[in-house]
Amino acid sequence: MTEPTRTAGASHLDLDEREHTFLDANELVLNMGPQHPSTHGVLRVILKLDGETVTDLDCDIGYLHRGVEKIAEHDTYAMITPYWDRLDYVAAVSNDLLYVEAVEKLLQVEVPRRAQYLRVILTELQRLASHLLWLGTHAMDIGAVTVLLYCFREREEILKIFEDFIGARLTAHAFRIGGFWWDAYPEFEQRVRAFLKILPSRIEEYETLLNANRIWLQRTVGIGIIAAEDAIDLSLTGPCLRGSGVRYDVRKATPYAAYSDFNFEIPIGENGDTYDRFLVRLEEMKQSLLIIEQALDGLPEGPVMAKVPKIIKPPVGDVYHTIEAPKGELGIYLVSDGTGKPYRMRIRPASFINLQSLKKMAVGHLVADVVAIIGTLDIVLGEVDR
Amino acid sequence: MIGLITTLLFAAPEWVRTAITRERQPNVFWSEYVVWPLIQILIVLFIVLTVVAYLVWVERKVSAFMQARLGPMRVGPWGLLQPLADGLKLLLKEDIIPLKADQGVFTVAPIISVVAALTVLAVIPWGAAWATISNINIGVLFVLAVSSISVLGLVLAGWSSNSKYSLLGALRSSAQMVSYEIGMGLSIIGALMFARTLSLNGIIEAQQADGVWYVLFQPVGFLVYLVSALGETNRAPFDLPEAESELVAGYHTEYSGFRWALFFMAEYTSVIVTSAIAVTLFLGGWTLFGLESRITPMAFSIVVAVLFVLLALLIAWRGVVGEPPSVMRTVGIVAVAIFLLLAAGVAFARPFDAQSARVLFSVGVFAGKILALIYAYMWFRWTWPRYRYDQLMALGWKWMIPAGLANIVLTGIWYVLALPRPQGVFGLMREQAGRLAPTGAGLAYFIGTAFVLTIPLSWALLATINRRTRDFNLAEQRQLQMRLRRERLEKQLQKGSQETEQA
Repeated sequence: MTEPTRTAGASHLDLDEREHTFLDANELVLNMGPQHPSTHGVLRVILKLDGETVTDLDCDIGYLHRGVEKIAEHDTYAMITPYWDRLDYVAAVSNDLLYVEAVEKLLQVEVPRRAQYLRVILTELQRLASHLLWLGTHAMDIGAVTVLLYCFREREEILKIFEDFIGARLTAHAFRIGGFWWDAYPEFEQRVRAFLKILPSRIEEYETLLNANRIWLQRTVGIGIIAAEDAIDLSLTGPCLRGSGVRYDVRKATPYAAYSDFNFEIPIGENGDTYDRFLVRLEEMKQSLLIIEQALDGLPEGPVMAKVPKIIKPPVGDVYHTIEAPKGELGIYLVSDGTGKPYRMRIRPASFINLQSLKKMAVGHLVADVVAIIGTLDIVLGEVDR
Repeated sequence: MIGLITTLLFAAPEWVRTAITRERQPNVFWSEYVVWPLIQILIVLFIVLTVVAYLVWVERKVSAFMQARLGPMRVGPWGLLQPLADGLKLLLKEDIIPLKADQGVFTVAPIISVVAALTVLAVIPWGAAWATISNINIGVLFVLAVSSISVLGLVLAGWSSNSKYSLLGALRSSAQMVSYEIGMGLSIIGALMFARTLSLNGIIEAQQADGVWYVLFQPVGFLVYLVSALGETNRAPFDLPEAESELVAGYHTEYSGFRWALFFMAEYTSVIVTSAIAVTLFLGGWTLFGLESRITPMAFSIVVAVLFVLLALLIAWRGVVGEPPSVMRTVGIVAVAIFLLLAAGVAFARPFDAQSARVLFSVGVFAGKILALIYAYMWFRWTWPRYRYDQLMALGWKWMIPAGLANIVLTGIWYVLALPRPQGVFGLMREQAGRLAPTGAGLAYFIGTAFVLTIPLSWALLATINRRTRDFNLAEQRQLQMRLRRERLEKQLQKGSQETEQA
């Protein structure tokens, strides 16, 4: 009998049962997921435990793989947009923004200012919704269940605003290549302003529940530390990078849409632990509020749709575009061969790359911390697996 | 009619005697030790299990109230029939035993848990006089001993399931319950010093005689008891054994249907039991500022009638006024009418004699205190995050146990100092009805020492013990990390400059 060879894509951990007989093994291999309450979807983490301490771990992904990049090669440019809604399905609007801006770059279309401002408002609302969902689930993973319900209460308001503007709540399909389907409905501004008025007090509520809570501090301070150098080496982006003290934000570094018009700060942490990332995201929510307020104040009048041909056939060429999605830097590389369908579409998923740091963060901590760290990475498996 | 019912209910011992034995001369053995206890057990089991079922409902309603939602609303008015529906569902579920589980142990484990939890109910002093099933003279020991058996159920459940999650959950729960039992045992000793008895009713009577709730003599003991009880009953923030975000469901991951319901029942019963012990030891049990011995049938009838009227008003307010005509509204109107009739009946017929009024009042007081504590437990659960395993152990061993020990030593010192003259220094206690009771100045002395000296001293002790612990000194810990980071960066910079120099 030959030794069974390991199939491609299998875990690098040796899962041979014979080596882990019950009594003489001091290591326990625990299979966490893909059906597990706190792996945020279908992430499978294989943990090697010594007692409750994690000595090694491996992520097994791909349970949600749909081959979006390949599908894109067979669809027209307009048909691809809904697929982007289903990548990071809790921040569909941000994904849409990246895709339509990339195609607009290829087409060299100038989007009207009003449309750009509305896009900023919607993406920032989406960032708020995404962060609210993150905060709720993260807190629930650590055991504070009530925060989840509070966050959902506020997220519901955002989704209602989306529903009335876009027509959908989750998979929004918010933008059209060149601008918008239609202009904002008359009460849009008023409703967003009403929401801006309530959210700061609600954020204060979360802070009262968590910020100085002894148990919360014990569960997050010093957990999953990643140093700035390591974060850069692992190519982390978004709040995971800024939590380690690196002041990098695509909205400031290479402004897109209308972000260069607005004043806002990039919050950063100092220690790169779970607590800092938590603080960074909370502060980001406040900054998003500021951006939305400025965009509403300066919202120009005018058309919301540029002149775009009915059948989109970009000239031969390629484009790389990135935006600051709620999870981190989301990128797209789009190659056009002059036909109505892209020759190649490549996605730089923020969650997938951030997930690579899980091992570095979690080894040496306890099982409970692995859950906290998965929460703080803020991954969405739709985007990880594509 | 009401008279007959109350005779049946409240004059039970005599009635049971004549009915069962058919003798003029009462057969004391059968009536006192077999029949009447059995009836009491049935009543207590029925009431407690109903209360347990409704505690789940209350928990869901309380959490809903805290989380800005409604909670169960579909089954019956305000979801009041939800426990019934849940119980029925669990009974009718398929009985699954995993293929690789140890079948016998898997079956026995939930039974051990629930039996251990329910047995303790026998000695709980639910009220004055006949409301306690058995008033044994080692009640406290009995409670501690029997309730610790339930650990066995959890461990066996986790082990026999043959699942890694269950095993980890069982390991966690056994370690946790064993550690917190120590803190719990230590925390009650101070109260026992004052009561000088292990009988639960005796402890309540001692508080009655001293005219004080022992929480005032024993604030540290009470706090340690509350925290340890949370740990002992596996409730948040110490619900690690069943931490659903980590271990799916801990030791009962593989359980379903009614076996799972048994674990659930055991958990909620032990919540009731630990609250009952806390009330007994620290909150005066069924006493309420002497009212329980002074209340007249007249006053008690008025209290009951007022409660009925309040209930009717509540139903009228939430379910009848302003509602569109519907079946539910009709039910609500009928319920209001029934409660008003009951109120009127109680107020005018006054069906209680002096004894039963006092006993029922004491039962009501005891239940009210237990419910207040349970509400606090629910409040904690829905507010706080969960501890990590090592932090939980640190809290148990480095905070609860030292605090309990410090409390015993300090209380002992204050107690010895206050003994009557020849032995003591201050002479603030006197012999009263066979036991030492503090005098008026003694009350002030014990309360003063407890709050002014015991709390700061034990806090100082804990602070010294935990000065250098990693998890409990957050500010220091963060500064330490920042210093290490700075040093590492500096070292790297130095290394880099050296390398450039060498080059």
